[in-house]
Amino acid sequence: MTKSTLQTADTNDRQPETAGFLEIKNLSKAYPTGNGGEFVVLHNINLTVQENEFVSLIGHSGCGKSTLLKIVAGLERSTSGLVTLEGREIRKPGSDRMMVFQHYSLLPWLTVRENVRLAVDEVLKDASRAEKASLVNEHLAMVNLMPAANKYPDEISGGMKQRVGIARALAIRPKMLLMDEPFGALDALTRGKLQRQVLDIWEAHRQAVLMVTHDVDEALYMSDRIVMMTNGPAAQIGEILDVPFAHPRDRAALRENPHYYELRNHALNFLDQHFGADD
Amino acid sequence: MVQLSIMALFVALSQATWKRTKLVLLRDTVLYPALGFLGILLLWYGIASLRHELMPYPHEAVINNLDFITHPFYQGGAGDLGIGWLLLASLRRVLLGFLLGAVVAIPLGFLIGMYRPALLALNPIIQILKPVSPLAWLPIALAIFNLAEPSAIFVIFITSLWSTIINTALGVSSVSKDYLDVARVLEMPSWRQVYKIILPASLPYIFTGLRISLGIAWLVIVAVEMLTGGVGIGFFVWDEWSRLNLSSVFLAVFVIGITGLLLDVAIAQLEALITHRRTPKEG
Repeated sequence: MTKSTLQTADTNDRQPETAGFLEIKNLSKAYPTGNGGEFVVLHNINLTVQENEFVSLIGHSGCGKSTLLKIVAGLERSTSGLVTLEGREIRKPGSDRMMVFQHYSLLPWLTVRENVRLAVDEVLKDASRAEKASLVNEHLAMVNLMPAANKYPDEISGGMKQRVGIARALAIRPKMLLMDEPFGALDALTRGKLQRQVLDIWEAHRQAVLMVTHDVDEALYMSDRIVMMTNGPAAQIGEILDVPFAHPRDRAALRENPHYYELRNHALNFLDQHFGADD
Repeated sequence: MVQLSIMALFVALSQATWKRTKLVLLRDTVLYPALGFLGILLLWYGIASLRHELMPYPHEAVINNLDFITHPFYQGGAGDLGIGWLLLASLRRVLLGFLLGAVVAIPLGFLIGMYRPALLALNPIIQILKPVSPLAWLPIALAIFNLAEPSAIFVIFITSLWSTIINTALGVSSVSKDYLDVARVLEMPSWRQVYKIILPASLPYIFTGLRISLGIAWLVIVAVEMLTGGVGIGFFVWDEWSRLNLSSVFLAVFVIGITGLLLDVAIAQLEALITHRRTPKEG
């Protein structure tokens, strides 16, 4: 198999000087507490994501992985440190880093098509009506939602809702896709199907993806690297795991690969070890 | 064993119920309401038989009112109008006052819901004025306008404000952060967020406020017209009472009730039309 696929945090610190696509440098996040002190959520995070890379953030609940994603999205500000995308500092939310939300965040008064259309209208202001319409249709077709295009969110299943969320995110052609436990609220069967669909789409149009998850199998199946975070408060990057399997990936073949279990056990051991620390 | 037999009983019962669903529906939507009306009629008969010099029997009331019922849009010169005209005059006042109220209340609700200093400044005023009977504004309105018609509309306007302001503000301030996050990620300017996200998200609250306001406005107009006189269903009630014509008062009560119900249904329909099932547009 490949040599040393298990990197430690130290080697991560010594990454090449060439600027990455997304760079997070010495990032910390703390909330002030009532009694004048502060509650540190994230401590000294350093991470680089390359342009065509699928990176997962994994850790126990409350470890601040969603907070990190929100800081990259611009929905929250870091207390210190720097986040840059293509060398430009991220200060506020922007459609170049589109988000797929855990609870879909579809607007219930708009149909499936109108939800995607709203994003397209808002971001691609210069496109003609015909261009926008075809962009919307193209992305609805990509996630097999054309038959449900005129339905309202409360008329479709959770899996379909998240497909709308994904179509909405991809339709505005973001530079980077941020996914906050995108499959977390789905049942196991739907989750597997949707993971496959998203991976298909990504393998056809590679781009930078940062995905928060708490599912080791999901992270191994989908991503190129898995960033494992220690428990909060003051969560750090504990370890970064390279997933060396070539794309396109096949879940069944992956399961028969002994190296898969090696990585899986390593990740689970990491999580177990950091679970014990708090309990 | 006991549990088992109870289970079996339940199953049998539920199967039987399933077969009788249609009958049950008929019973619940037709039979019981009809029994309610029958009870009221019996009560009416009972009271009328005790004080017949004052109260007509129900069938007498219908016969006495036959002229009103069959000619709702009769026009016999000034002050001699069919009940349909009176109703329309009252509806016109209510709708005018209500619309003016909504035009003022909805933006005010937005301001209070979105801007905390506005909440702090206006909330005490609203809390003090809200429990005041709208009729207390009538003398003030009469002093200002010196005319019955604009005074009545003004009272309805005041009546329509409070529930709409409070519900709009509640709706605006409780818009899900998820929706706003979507807007922020899409870099939607804040003025567009107001009408593309906050307005549609708070429409159900706004409509709740409007529904309550319209309901109270319809209650109040009858009392206002009793005091101001002129053409209207409220004055009709007072006028017929002065003539000791209780049959017509009963007719008016019935008409006012049905109209109030229809107003409520209408605004609920409007809400369903606007908030959720708009005709899908071509994308």
